[in-house]
Amino acid sequence: MSQDEKPDTPPAPADKPAARAKPPLSRSRRQELRRKLLRTVLLTGGVIGAGLSGFLPLVYARSPRLRPPGALDEKDFLSSCIKCGQCVQVCPVDAIKLADLVDGIGVGAPYIDARKQACDFSCDAVQCVLACPTGSLTYHKPAFLEARPGAQLAAKPILLAKENDPEPTLNLTERMGVARLTRPEMCLAIKGKGFKGPARGHTFRGKMRYMRIDRWKPVRIAEVRYEVEECDLCVRECPIKGAISIETVYAPDGSLRKSPVVHEPCVGCGVCEMICPTEPGSIEIVPREVWRT
Amino acid sequence: MSNTILRKRFREQILVMFGREPKKPEAIGEEAQKIHLLKRTGNKEKLQAAAAHAEAHMSTSHKWRNRRWVALLLINLFFVFSFHYDIQILEGALTASRFIGFHLIDLNSALQVMLAHRNIITNLLIGTGTVLVLWMLFGGRTFCSWVCPYHLLAEWAEKIHLWLVREKLVTDAPVDRRLRTVFWIVFAFLAVATGYTVYEAISPTGIVSRALIYGPGLALLWVLALLVFEVFFVRRAWCRYACPIGLTYGVVGILSPLRIKYSLENCYHEGNCRKVCLVPHVLDTVIKGRAVHTEVPIGPDCTRCGLCVDVCPTNSLTYDVKGLSKLL
Repeated sequence: MSQDEKPDTPPAPADKPAARAKPPLSRSRRQELRRKLLRTVLLTGGVIGAGLSGFLPLVYARSPRLRPPGALDEKDFLSSCIKCGQCVQVCPVDAIKLADLVDGIGVGAPYIDARKQACDFSCDAVQCVLACPTGSLTYHKPAFLEARPGAQLAAKPILLAKENDPEPTLNLTERMGVARLTRPEMCLAIKGKGFKGPARGHTFRGKMRYMRIDRWKPVRIAEVRYEVEECDLCVRECPIKGAISIETVYAPDGSLRKSPVVHEPCVGCGVCEMICPTEPGSIEIVPREVWRT
Repeated sequence: MSNTILRKRFREQILVMFGREPKKPEAIGEEAQKIHLLKRTGNKEKLQAAAAHAEAHMSTSHKWRNRRWVALLLINLFFVFSFHYDIQILEGALTASRFIGFHLIDLNSALQVMLAHRNIITNLLIGTGTVLVLWMLFGGRTFCSWVCPYHLLAEWAEKIHLWLVREKLVTDAPVDRRLRTVFWIVFAFLAVATGYTVYEAISPTGIVSRALIYGPGLALLWVLALLVFEVFFVRRAWCRYACPIGLTYGVVGILSPLRIKYSLENCYHEGNCRKVCLVPHVLDTVIKGRAVHTEVPIGPDCTRCGLCVDVCPTNSLTYDVKGLSKLL
């Protein structure tokens, strides 16, 4: 009945009752064991190699990702993020995406591509921070993690949408990055040009909350028509009070001209980058950038 | 064949008529041989039992497998629908989630984060504790076979592998099982040493779970590579020899009251259970002469998948909750 079960121990040779020690292994059994050992070593190398391959993007120093608001500094962020995507699920404008294989060790970690869809704080309370189960996104950094100088905001940022509420501020102590006019030669405000039509064309899929349309429901930017004499979309749509304004500044040639100027309250949310109607955008967020005076 | 035997027999019967002594037949038909064999086992009761046993072998049950597949798919689809239809009941992925507001955090992921970040916030602790208690009650590695989406993919890949083995196109090349313990230590060490959750980058459980919920990505290529490896080279390589999640939950299962129980009395020691098992080493007790008691619980590495329960023709392997049978 048990043809397929091997007997427990090989039958002991009858003429050698003293030989209680292991019987010598046959040649084929030895060969089999050797092969098994080899396979084990190969599998070990393969899996650990695959695990360590995640470090390649770090070695090649990829351009840094814009992380969701309240993210710890990059290294701490990657070590504490459990890659569950709960921040993705709560975002009302779907600003947060999860990184893929090319991000190596950061596979599954959340980031924001502000040009496609910025964080416009239309959730009012930084929901992603609330959703994070491991404190990767946090309102209060633990004491042993120091803030980099300039990363800290001088005051809690005032959300313009909530300006008249009893509590108008966002519970954020550090910035995600800082907006920078990276292509001034393209900026419509600098050129003194106006803008008509939807900011990013009719096919743009990005969404934003417009207080004048609906406080609680973000709408597609493609559905909103602008008509401005002199372009100030970045200033007009910035959700943070006092973060950006159009100022008259000296151009490199000494003449006076208008230009968007970023101020200290900028949290680096990326709305200006998303709304900028030039292609490519004139203003961009530098992720993890600190405020320099 | 049977005609030749009967013709020979006919000639002999004629010779017997003429005075020759009847002698033992040289050849017996196959079917008759089977019946002879059965009769040799003894009395009529035993004969009937043997017939019933042979019948039990014929009927294949997939009761527990089907239940398990439904449960596994429902749990994973619950995550997917909860997000896509904004039901907000089960948010997150298998690494960490929130069920009606309660944090649930995968033990191995939590361990990686704790070791890498060395800072444990309350929510992380609550979620880990909840999951620890949950799987302590439900059997540790039950997570593997009843929840992990990679397990299901690997189970299907295993079917292809076994078909290829039957066709003699591939052979299973087993690997040293101590490797999984080595991996567990290596990945824990890497988390501490590098400060990154290295294992999370290659965890097929996390990758498949996120792919289901948030959409597929290139990371699935790694999962595909693993499956190809399992189909052509090593049967169930990841779940058997590599996955540290399995070992973590296995340790949790040590204290679990839910397990598979082996009953020695009716077992024929045919070993079918060991052939279908993901972790056959836990079933060593079913080998003839190994059971230390009439009823022996199966070890903690068992994933409580129920394949052995389905395949056993004598009901010698059953689900059991420790102490429950005494209470009832």
